Amino acid sequence: MARYIVKRIILAILTVFIIAALTFFLMHAVPGGPFNREKALSEATIKSLNERYNLDKPLPTQFLLYVKELMRGDFGVSLKNGREISEIFRESFPISCKLGLMAIAVALLIGTFLGSLAALMRNRLPDRIIIFLTTLFTSIPSFILATFLLLIFCILLGWVDVWSADSQNYILPVIALAAYPMAYTTRLAKTSMLDALSQDYIRTAKAKGVKKGAIIFKHALRNSLIPIITYAGPQIAYIITGSMVVETVFTIGGIGSKFVSAINNRDYTLIMATTIFLAVLMVTATLICDIVYKVVDPRIKYE
Amino acid sequence: MEKQAYDPNQTPKKQILSLQIDLTKFEKATDEEKRQQDVMSESTTFLKDGMRKLRKNKLAMFGIIVIILILLTIVVAPAVVPYGYEEILSVEGKRDKGAKNLGPLQYSDAEKAYIEKGGSRFPHLFGTDEQSRDYFIRVIYGTRVSLFVGFFASIIVLIIGMLYGSISGYAGGKVDMIMMRIVDVIYSLPDMLMVILLSVVLGSVISLPKGSFIGNMGSNMLSLFIVFGVLYWVGMARLIRGQILSIKENDYILAARSIGAKPSRIIRRHILPNCLSVIIISTALQIPSAIFTESYLSFVGLGVQAPMPSLGSLANAARGGLASYPYKLVFPAIMICLIVLSLNLIGDGLRDAFDPKLKR
Repeated sequence: MARYIVKRIILAILTVFIIAALTFFLMHAVPGGPFNREKALSEATIKSLNERYNLDKPLPTQFLLYVKELMRGDFGVSLKNGREISEIFRESFPISCKLGLMAIAVALLIGTFLGSLAALMRNRLPDRIIIFLTTLFTSIPSFILATFLLLIFCILLGWVDVWSADSQNYILPVIALAAYPMAYTTRLAKTSMLDALSQDYIRTAKAKGVKKGAIIFKHALRNSLIPIITYAGPQIAYIITGSMVVETVFTIGGIGSKFVSAINNRDYTLIMATTIFLAVLMVTATLICDIVYKVVDPRIKYE
Repeated sequence: MEKQAYDPNQTPKKQILSLQIDLTKFEKATDEEKRQQDVMSESTTFLKDGMRKLRKNKLAMFGIIVIILILLTIVVAPAVVPYGYEEILSVEGKRDKGAKNLGPLQYSDAEKAYIEKGGSRFPHLFGTDEQSRDYFIRVIYGTRVSLFVGFFASIIVLIIGMLYGSISGYAGGKVDMIMMRIVDVIYSLPDMLMVILLSVVLGSVISLPKGSFIGNMGSNMLSLFIVFGVLYWVGMARLIRGQILSIKENDYILAARSIGAKPSRIIRRHILPNCLSVIIISTALQIPSAIFTESYLSFVGLGVQAPMPSLGSLANAARGGLASYPYKLVFPAIMICLIVLSLNLIGDGLRDAFDPKLKR
């Protein structure tokens, strides 16, 4: 077990390193230096600026210096407005984090509930309705759902205020963000619940005269949760990418919308820093899910 | 005792404790009834059986019909509608300044005057956009772009994944291990972030000749295809490798090898046809996800180059005047959802019809 965890952590660190390297070298392949302005700077100024930011050194050295800065939590400064990127993160990440955690909680809880319900009511009306809705929701991109929610509930009906610093209403963004992972979880939960219900131990429990509720909650549900945990990692990755568009649509100042505006402004240092930051987040989430998965299911061999 | 000849119509003498069946209680089948037994089900091939199951699947058929209708529309519509996707509307050679942001089926004042004079004007089915371009034709071209991207990206993924997966699976041993480690590394990269990153970089590095089709779509589209070619094939490669690993243990592979068939022939003639159904199904399911990715990137601002529309960029542009012109969001949104829904239904239907092993 310990060996497995160590191995997974090393792999995760390697992945993060590869991502950082890829991001760094790709961003430096973009033509034009950071000091290309409309007003031309004098040679001497550029030279001293390059020295100040280590841009006169060879690229691999620059990369090592960059990694060193990253380790200290220093992401550099934004190209466009010169703000400290770590400061931008500090103010925008909590909002994104709150939004993302709520979305993942909603997706997993409601998804598991609906999926189990569909499995227990197999081929009856509730099952049909649930499966129809999940098929529908997996076909709607999150940005379209978000825009429609904004249109209907904020603009046409006026039930919810448009997002601002004073009225932070998380309901609509959470729905928009959670819809797809929820539909996915529902499908997964239904399959694994059906699978669990057809196992021998369920029949044994029934034969022993265990009450129906106890069978479902103690035996079937617990075992059907295992595949859902495995897919929680990719779901978190989905929520992180989804949050970019959802935050943009609802004009929430989270890290996702900052990323999108950085892309549109071609703010390369901010793009680079955000990519690395989000990648670390995703890799960590996958790592935790993998480890939890092995802990929960003792049948799995530790490779 | 005289030995009796066996007569099937005669009930032998019944012993008291015997369990022998009393034939007098049965009736002989008439010839007609016998003939009924002869009717056997028609022999069927794998393909025919699958098609029959697919035809029975109402949802999948719905998907197929919708996709066919959409394909017909996008092929026929540009020939019928007299406007171009980047054409700014004009009446009698003069730029129509009042044709901005018309609602569906509305005419501008200049057009109304023109019609009153006896001219005919093709209606703006979906209205016009803020640069007075016909919105219907823009949605049609957007659909073209999105579908093109979906199919083309899936084919790229299919070809690379198939080549890589079959070589890795067939070679086995050390080669397989090294090739799969590479796949593992690519697989663990967060794909969407990498797509965005590569699009940002490639978009500014590549410059394309103006005028060609791909040039019109812009370097972003080309980089999207490159990204698909670089990142998205890993799932397909894993799938095909797994299939090949199990298929190559079969005896007919051993037989083919023992008579001296070359590996490339064994892969082409024996192994690939046997994993065809899995390949087709996952390619079918790849198309909607590619369309999703494209619309997502267009929405973020990394999609096709203006004035070429895509469904994602149309939806993004519609956010500007959302309160006043909600229909501009509705049309491309419905189009994306219909396409993705239908393709998903077709993919699911294909899986149910052609893959008996996969449980839903």
